[in-house]
Amino acid sequence: MSGDQKILIIGAGPAGTRAAELLVARGLKPVVVDEAPANGGQIYRRQPAGFQRPAKLRYGFEAAKAQALHQSFDNLRDRVDYRPDTGVWSIEKNVAFTFGPDGVGRIPFTALLLCTGGVDRVLPIPGWTLPGAYTLGGSQIALKAQGCAIGRRTAFIGSGPLLYLVAYQYAHAGAKVAAVLDTAGFADALPVLPFLLAGGKTFLKGLWYQNWIRLNGLHLRRGVRPVAIEGDVRVSGLRYRTASGGERRVDCDAVAFGWGVKPECQLAELAGCKMRFDEMARQWLPESDAEGRSSVAGVYLAGDGAGVMGADAAEYRGELAALALVADIGKSVNNSRRETLKSRLRRLQRFRVALERALPYPEGWVASLPDDTIVCRCEGVTAGDIRQSQSLEPEEINRAKAFTRVGMGRCQGRMCGIAAAEILAHEKGAPLAEVGRLRGQAPVKPLHVGIAGKAARDDPERAASI
Amino acid sequence: MNRVDTEILVIGGGIVGCSTALHVALRDVPVVLLEKRQVGATASGVNFGGVRRNGRAVEELDLAERAIAIWQHLPELVGNNCEYSVTGHLKVARNDEDMEAMAVHAEAQATHGLKVEMISRNALKARYPWFGEGAYGAAWCNTDGQANPRLLGPSFARAARTAGADIREYEPVVALEKDGDGFIVCSENGLEVRARQVVNAAGAWGGRVSAWLGEEVELWPMMPQMMVSEPVPYFMQPALGVVGGDVYVRQIPRGNLIFGGRSGTADLDEGFGHAIAEESLCTLQRSAKVIPCMANINIIRLWSGVEGCTTDHLPVLGPSATTPGVLHAFGFSGHGFCLGPGVGAAMTELLLDGETSTEIAAFDIKRFQL
Repeated sequence: MSGDQKILIIGAGPAGTRAAELLVARGLKPVVVDEAPANGGQIYRRQPAGFQRPAKLRYGFEAAKAQALHQSFDNLRDRVDYRPDTGVWSIEKNVAFTFGPDGVGRIPFTALLLCTGGVDRVLPIPGWTLPGAYTLGGSQIALKAQGCAIGRRTAFIGSGPLLYLVAYQYAHAGAKVAAVLDTAGFADALPVLPFLLAGGKTFLKGLWYQNWIRLNGLHLRRGVRPVAIEGDVRVSGLRYRTASGGERRVDCDAVAFGWGVKPECQLAELAGCKMRFDEMARQWLPESDAEGRSSVAGVYLAGDGAGVMGADAAEYRGELAALALVADIGKSVNNSRRETLKSRLRRLQRFRVALERALPYPEGWVASLPDDTIVCRCEGVTAGDIRQSQSLEPEEINRAKAFTRVGMGRCQGRMCGIAAAEILAHEKGAPLAEVGRLRGQAPVKPLHVGIAGKAARDDPERAASI
Repeated sequence: MNRVDTEILVIGGGIVGCSTALHVALRDVPVVLLEKRQVGATASGVNFGGVRRNGRAVEELDLAERAIAIWQHLPELVGNNCEYSVTGHLKVARNDEDMEAMAVHAEAQATHGLKVEMISRNALKARYPWFGEGAYGAAWCNTDGQANPRLLGPSFARAARTAGADIREYEPVVALEKDGDGFIVCSENGLEVRARQVVNAAGAWGGRVSAWLGEEVELWPMMPQMMVSEPVPYFMQPALGVVGGDVYVRQIPRGNLIFGGRSGTADLDEGFGHAIAEESLCTLQRSAKVIPCMANINIIRLWSGVEGCTTDHLPVLGPSATTPGVLHAFGFSGHGFCLGPGVGAAMTELLLDGETSTEIAAFDIKRFQL
């Protein structure tokens, strides 16, 4: 029975790697499709061939984990059908449509494991589209993958674990850190301190980075509010308001900003997975059970793409979803291993909840966003455009999209969708859940007409009948 | 149970229904419109956006002329121009037979007062060097244009509300019954509307409504599938369509190319159209044959929608044959976007004056009945 299984894993990060490893151990040979040229995902992104920076410098405290994950995948190479540089642009019924080095392809599957990871949650601020303004995740990848800094003098603003980590990594790599500006304050962390402490090493590492930043004399402020990224043709400074209300300016030629991570769930949507609104994350997530089964039989979800929980959780979730898949196709599985993984995930989830509370969504961001700030950079749609679309009474975000083009560009709302929904909800005075989410539509990433057209299976008779 | 009394009840909030509601309301007659989902959402909202007479059946030309007169005054009527612009339209031939057929059609159109210019293969290439070898010539209508479908229905609905129409969304109509000298229309949610006259503007679902009245019309769903590219420098002013519907393309000044061909899929009960990836690949291939430079761009989104198509590709328009007091306006077979604004005006005359100055005899539902 399992000989007929065609298992497709999308994503070769922590979740995809551990899922593939488990399936191979059970005698299955999955196809592993990954957009990146090398495995590891974003968090453990590998450097291009020929690059020599040591793992310790690139991954810091996580070097051993990164290397272990890379090694695990390398060991699987002969036993999985690995297709790097290959993106999936649509999923219809039981076929994934890909684009890669050989053009557009089709991968039929009987089971699908979506390990699509996450991307920075972008909350636009004035000036965020200037050259030199990057997300925290983007600025980290520049450093991690190719040893590049985004500027000579970089200011960091936002909240979440990445803020201190990336600032530390930049300083440690010898880049100049102009300021580290945390929009969360001490007061946010105090009530949930015991839960944060329960996070153990993860929390302590966070403290260690903060402490390092302070000890090394870097400019660190908490409880700030961004005002604007300034610049003419590129970033020249960052203005912010201090906790006590005064306005300050930092001279810099690059800004890294970000407020956490959001899941990449367009493919889950195209696969037909039901979505649910998560109040804590203020985001829509694909529904899944405790082991990663989605609402669609044969489709499994793991890693940050199923709801952000971080890299350690992604490894557990990848293995757990693969175990669920193996059990569902009628093979025996190690139940105590499943329970161990679930118990570890429950602990990480408690820490995650505390972290979300300690690093709250920046209140007042929507209200303070000027009308002329671009929200959808692909289509040049401003906050004011979204607010003014009220005259046509959009009841939800797809309607506002129809009226304003927000989310209609190259990124298909991956970057601006969350912010646009926040603005619309605020303008309508409605709960965020009520304005919905931008529906996922193919192609998930831009598709080249000439290359894709070559893969057409045209039937002239059928066309003539239309 | 919620009950409303009115003069005119419109079933369906596409462009046809919303235009009817607006024109009725502008004459201070009470009108209620029930839409199963959102106004202007299905065929009205996701179509190609062509506003043309080029290549159109001669039976529709009078109605199209009336519609285009309204298109030209949208800002006064609904508060914005819905991105309508007169760019001209090219009907592109694939071979000599296409050219001959188009020339014959152009002569027939001329007798209805429409000027269409036939352009030879060489002249076409000289005028539009971006055409590839697949183009054998074209029929050119310089008074045609294009517009943004996403804005039209909602703009008419908003104007209709401002004029006093009672427009209700998420009210799927499930029953239509005679009641004295009027009708009772019931929605799935228990809303009951009593009206003296009813307009069936239910689009792809119009055949279901007419069947309630004992008027079977063969109506099948068509799901035109479209896509949009990333913005590229503006080079294509006219909208164009290749004979046979293989490929149709237009570019908006922002730079995006909107193009289609082939068919998506839909479930009428669910109500949404879905694009089919496999079909989109065929459109990509065919588009690049007609316009080679399109091979170098990226597409960023696919979509489809549901439209009702009749056996002769003409709409059903006019009084019910079985039930006085009911007017049909559905089955536009892919032609409703351009015509919609004019249909509302003509329907309003039929409703309130008993006759219309617009030529609609060819669309009588009786043509489908033995």
